[in-house]
Amino acid sequence: MVALPNRHRSLFLLGGVVLLQVLLLAVQIKRDSQGRLIRVWTVGAVSPFERAGAHGISHIRDTWNHYFALQNTSRENEELKRENDGLKLQITQLQGKAAEADRLAALLKFRQTSMDVPMVSARVISGSADSVSQTVYLDRGERDGIRRNMGVITPDGVVGKVIDSYRDTSQVLLLTDKDSGVGAMLVDSRIQSPVGGTGEPLLIMKYIPNDDTVNSGERVVTSGMDRIFPRDLPVGTIAEIKPGNPFKQIRVRPAANLQRLEEVFVLLTMKPLQMKQNSAAPAPATPPAGGPSAAANSPASPEKP
Amino acid sequence: MNDAYDIRSSELHIEVHKFRAGAIVLATAFALVLQAFVPVYFPKAGILDLPLLITIYFGLSRRNPSTGLLLGMTIGILQDSLSGPTVPLGLYGIAKTVIGYLASSIGARLDTEHPAARFALTAAFFVVHQGVVALTQRLLLSQPGPWFTMHLATSALVNALVAVFLFMLLDRLRKVS
Repeated sequence: MVALPNRHRSLFLLGGVVLLQVLLLAVQIKRDSQGRLIRVWTVGAVSPFERAGAHGISHIRDTWNHYFALQNTSRENEELKRENDGLKLQITQLQGKAAEADRLAALLKFRQTSMDVPMVSARVISGSADSVSQTVYLDRGERDGIRRNMGVITPDGVVGKVIDSYRDTSQVLLLTDKDSGVGAMLVDSRIQSPVGGTGEPLLIMKYIPNDDTVNSGERVVTSGMDRIFPRDLPVGTIAEIKPGNPFKQIRVRPAANLQRLEEVFVLLTMKPLQMKQNSAAPAPATPPAGGPSAAANSPASPEKP
Repeated sequence: MNDAYDIRSSELHIEVHKFRAGAIVLATAFALVLQAFVPVYFPKAGILDLPLLITIYFGLSRRNPSTGLLLGMTIGILQDSLSGPTVPLGLYGIAKTVIGYLASSIGARLDTEHPAARFALTAAFFVVHQGVVALTQRLLLSQPGPWFTMHLATSALVNALVAVFLFMLLDRLRKVS
């Protein structure tokens, strides 16, 4: 140990003794706002180190957590991703259920407005096995009273007709199938003409002479003359009109969303039906005698020969 | 053991004195008692700082800075203890520690046996003592006061004068070589 000279030793002693008494004073002196002076000094002396320590520890912790301890983060991330996927799925399911609820509410409303019409609701369970024919299968069949040639509709409009009925299922020929057809008429002019499928999304309205006035966007409804569908059910709207020889080439956009069918109604009768309407529809215009419209409105007309 | 021994520093020849057993303790106690007792009956005596004079005397005589500052500290703390609640422990302790150190240090270099030297040194030490007290009050107690007043000058002179006679009395407590 380095020996201090006597003079320096006494100087150190002086410093130590004075410091001791200053501390003694600090212990006793009380500042009104900050408490005892020793506390003020101690806090003032220690707090920078504490602050620096806390900052350092926080920095080290952040560095560790963000750069080194990533094993947990990665696992956490995976868990969060899984949870996120689960939640997305749940949202999708809920959205599907909400959409289904909306559809069912619409069906119920439609059913309530058509209490006089015997019908049964059915769910589409599958589509056609090939890409040529436009058919779907329903989850109801003969046990539910469904027979061949019964009409199938949705609240939006005509869907098609039953072409085969089994014990618990039935097959429906959609309106878009090229072998399908329905007795229809224009809402405004009341001109009657069958509407049939072409195998494409749009339908075709046949046998409208070039002299008749048809407007684009005009609504097409069932005429009821086919004895399958009640009168005034929506079939679609006029999408295209082209002059032809000898008839106009009119394409109709289906009212029912035939690409995405989920729930439908099957009309449980072969007799002529009259749907309950909010407003009385005007009497249909009489088709020309022996004209093509008359032929289309025969009971056998929905399915082309 | 010798009653006194010499510090020989180049051409300087300074004698270090020793005192009879208990002399320092008794003198200190006596000074403290008088300092607390006399002003009650003679308020004017409050101008005297007998503990300071004792500190100066033994510091100058012993001529050992360590001993001097420790004696000054002890006397100062005791004086603080006997003071009122407005004087915290250490206020006079610090001042008398400094004075004890200075007195011992100067006593080791100068001949302080002459009454004139004692007068001058005591007056100077008194002023320094009051300066340290004022500084401590200003820095630690937040009680700023004047650094120098006429009262301080008068007190310094009175204490210096009393010190000359007091030190002569205290010289009798020294061991005869």
